[in-house]
Amino acid sequence: MTDTALRELADDPSSRKRFFKMIGGAGAVSAFGVVLAACGDDDKKDSGSSSSGSTDTGGDAKADNASDLKIVNYALTLEYLENEFYKQVLESGMVKDAKVGELAKSIQENEQEHVDALTATAKKLGGTPAAKPKTKFEGVISKGPKVILETAADVENLGAAAYLGQAGLIKSKEVLAAALAIHTVEARHAAALNMLVGRGFQANKGQGSVPDGAFAKPMDMDAVLKAVAPFIAS
Amino acid sequence: MTSSRLVAPELATIEVHGLTREAFLLRATLAAGATYGAMSATPYITRALAQEGGGDVDILNFALTLELLEADFYTNGLKQVKGLSGDEKKLATELRDNENEHVDALTATIEKLGGKPANKPTFDFGGAFASRAAFLKTANVLEDTGVSAYNGAAPAIESGEVLGAAGSIVQIEARHAALVRLARGKEPAPLAFDKTSEMAEVLKAVMPFIKA
Repeated sequence: MTDTALRELADDPSSRKRFFKMIGGAGAVSAFGVVLAACGDDDKKDSGSSSSGSTDTGGDAKADNASDLKIVNYALTLEYLENEFYKQVLESGMVKDAKVGELAKSIQENEQEHVDALTATAKKLGGTPAAKPKTKFEGVISKGPKVILETAADVENLGAAAYLGQAGLIKSKEVLAAALAIHTVEARHAAALNMLVGRGFQANKGQGSVPDGAFAKPMDMDAVLKAVAPFIAS
Repeated sequence: MTSSRLVAPELATIEVHGLTREAFLLRATLAAGATYGAMSATPYITRALAQEGGGDVDILNFALTLELLEADFYTNGLKQVKGLSGDEKKLATELRDNENEHVDALTATIEKLGGKPANKPTFDFGGAFASRAAFLKTANVLEDTGVSAYNGAAPAIESGEVLGAAGSIVQIEARHAALVRLARGKEPAPLAFDKTSEMAEVLKAVMPFIKA
């Protein structure tokens, strides 16, 4: 922070322009509609409408708010599930390995913070936070540490894909920034757990520490909710 | 390759639309007034909103420069670092390949948007290749920095498609960061909310590696 050159760069727009020139950037853009081939597996109509939506700052503020609230409550439900899973795993005493237990505890604490932040966000959007779902993890937990960790790894990959699937649909920049900050934490959990359970970079479909290669695939809300349905009792 | 090419005269005539972006962000902030400044993740968000720049191409070129840096780091690290285990070599190879794909995708995206992809700077990684530990530590810094840079810049992206691409890439950077941290015996996800870096912070982290 005492580095004056960097401070100048941070404070002075003309310095920043110079930086962009230095790295060879600074292009005036008027063309839109780029399609990233690598990312095109899951292009729904929604992603198109969200690109125009992001420049629409007036108008349907109420509809945008309601749409964001739905996404926040969806994320909250997933975080509740994850948090509850780790809590029950830790309480069960099934995980004997101290290092794995430590990791599970630290992930659980992350999920709790996500629950708290999303609950607060739902309220700030003027909505009612989603209720904590009734869970059924007993079947998984009773099968022992291997199945427990594999399930955790699967659920974290789902969580990361779920956040990525919503990013383009979120209207509020604030909610988007929060979702992104959580998205990459879910990705970290997913990578670590998949590696720990011995899946390497890519295992079966959607499994592994970097399961989709260089470009992560999003999942839409219906597919994610279907995948977690077995863990929800009511 | 040389700096004289990087400061090509024609670039001096191109306007960076910083004010437009600021005005846009201000409107977005006001529109979302009820939520602004009140959530648990607010410190991250206000910093993300402090970003400004010259449109999606500038953000993409910033990202491209970071990806070029990472790709070069793993490419040369794999050649020069002694004492990496088999698993660590596999990891560095996977990361290198992913970063090269990011470079290609970002380059193609910038061109499709009508922009000029950033030239590859000359990098100098100092003592980072001197040992296994130094290599992994630097990899850790680069990947964590990559995550915070993408997360910091993403809310300012205008195009939904570019945002989707950036999200798809940042998830991979986060996975890399976790795997490198795991290899170092560090907590893979030390924070519940990943840090969001302003450009100045990212620059501070990577400038030592950029020679020209």
